[in-house]
Amino acid sequence: MAETRPYRKPLPRVDEESRGYWEALARHELYFQRCRDCGTARFYARALCPACLSSAAEWVRASGRGTVYTFSVIHQNQTPGFREEVPYVLAMVELEEGPRLVTNLVGCAGDAVRVGMPVTVVFDDVTAATTLPKFRPA
Amino acid sequence: MTVWGKTAIVGAWEHPTRFAPHMTAFQIHAESARGALADAGLTVRDVDGFFTSGVGPIGLLSLCHHLDLRPDHVDSTSIGGSSFVSHCIHAAAAIAAGLCKVALVTYGSTAASERFAIGTAGTLVGEPPDQFEAPFGPTIVGSYAMVAQRHMHEYGTTSAQLAEIAVTMRRHAALNPHAKYREPITVDDVLTSRVIASPLHLLDCCVISDGGGALVLTSTERARDLAKCPVPILGGAEAVRHLGVGRHDLLDIAARQSGPLALARAGIRHDDIDCCMIYDSYTITVLATLEALGFCKPGEGGAFCAGGRIGLGGALPVNTDGGGLSSNHPGMRGIFLVIEAVRQLRGDREQAQVPDAKLALVHGTGGMLGQRHSGVTMILGRG
Repeated sequence: MAETRPYRKPLPRVDEESRGYWEALARHELYFQRCRDCGTARFYARALCPACLSSAAEWVRASGRGTVYTFSVIHQNQTPGFREEVPYVLAMVELEEGPRLVTNLVGCAGDAVRVGMPVTVVFDDVTAATTLPKFRPA
Repeated sequence: MTVWGKTAIVGAWEHPTRFAPHMTAFQIHAESARGALADAGLTVRDVDGFFTSGVGPIGLLSLCHHLDLRPDHVDSTSIGGSSFVSHCIHAAAAIAAGLCKVALVTYGSTAASERFAIGTAGTLVGEPPDQFEAPFGPTIVGSYAMVAQRHMHEYGTTSAQLAEIAVTMRRHAALNPHAKYREPITVDDVLTSRVIASPLHLLDCCVISDGGGALVLTSTERARDLAKCPVPILGGAEAVRHLGVGRHDLLDIAARQSGPLALARAGIRHDDIDCCMIYDSYTITVLATLEALGFCKPGEGGAFCAGGRIGLGGALPVNTDGGGLSSNHPGMRGIFLVIEAVRQLRGDREQAQVPDAKLALVHGTGGMLGQRHSGVTMILGRG
């Protein structure tokens, strides 16, 4: 989905805690973390486990399958990039491994989206350096 | 040592402006301070505690400069629109602890004349969690809309039920000469207004206005000698919700924690409350908050808000000034919830008066339901 115009939407500000997550996405792989000490799974990526404050974490690759937890068809957003693209679908997807993430649904008309709908990840290379995990109907 | 019942709101003033391109936000703060201090029968020289928010990271210092204040105690807790409700609770604790004697809380904003489209401005990448959200185009209204969508899915709540809340607020606004919108609306008007972020329509959203207000608080002991009937703070609590490690139930909002705690601290039950001032950024905010506070069971909010129950003359009047949905919303509305509760408890509301109101519950929501937000509940009485 290469853009012909310059990409104007907000880009992630990759930091030392999140680098592994974004680097995996660039390889078209979706990961979340699990605490090696207490086993708590977590999304989004961060250095310490909020449950036990352990620094020992492992990366767990997600299957990319999930369901729509909730969504909204956005008809108005002043942010450059989104302003020209309304309506689009903002959603929270629950991965089959449990964690939920904020994302966009693509390849599906807004009025066809339902809570509980099965979806699967698509990797959108929005710039040379950044890949966003979006979802389409499974 | 308990703080409850020892501090009272003795001055309350809402700036009448809804559009003030000829004024600065600091001027609205200052005029509001003047109004609230005059209401209390105190002067700016009596103020030794200062509380504000919405003015930038160290904006409290600039505002002290602007007002030439040299307070002994300050607090610029910034947790969104609920901040000013927090300030009242913090002032109650500070006054009870002897940190200050007369607390001034001020708010001012020119959001409308700056043409700031608050709910649809989109979000930027600032702090670590933002990088996982902002690239997907969330808006404030979109975040609340996802809560509404989830509520509809779990409980069958309808857009018509949400619309009834907007209709009720507009009915109240008709009695408020300063309200931004006063013409009656119907459920159909709400449902046929354009969709901003499904399932929320334009008329499910609060207005954007300029405005401000101020509050003055002191000990209940000192309050006895002042101009107006004091309104004691009988209980209060704060809570925070967010998406945690990615498993959070979006309908478990902060009010579920702060509401029961505030009621317990005040030693009262839901049945004792005569009226509520509930932050109404969107219609769903009112429905979800009343449920979470425990006025009805989870899933019953739609039915609870219907049939006039939350209107004047109903069992639990809510936002008798017309709320953010019709009266005013300059970006952080919490202070107006407190001001309207004070007016009700003083018996000052004439046509919009809740008969013999003795106890009011105020609940401010700050930030975004569906994402990171605060909830602050405060119980006010009649002195």
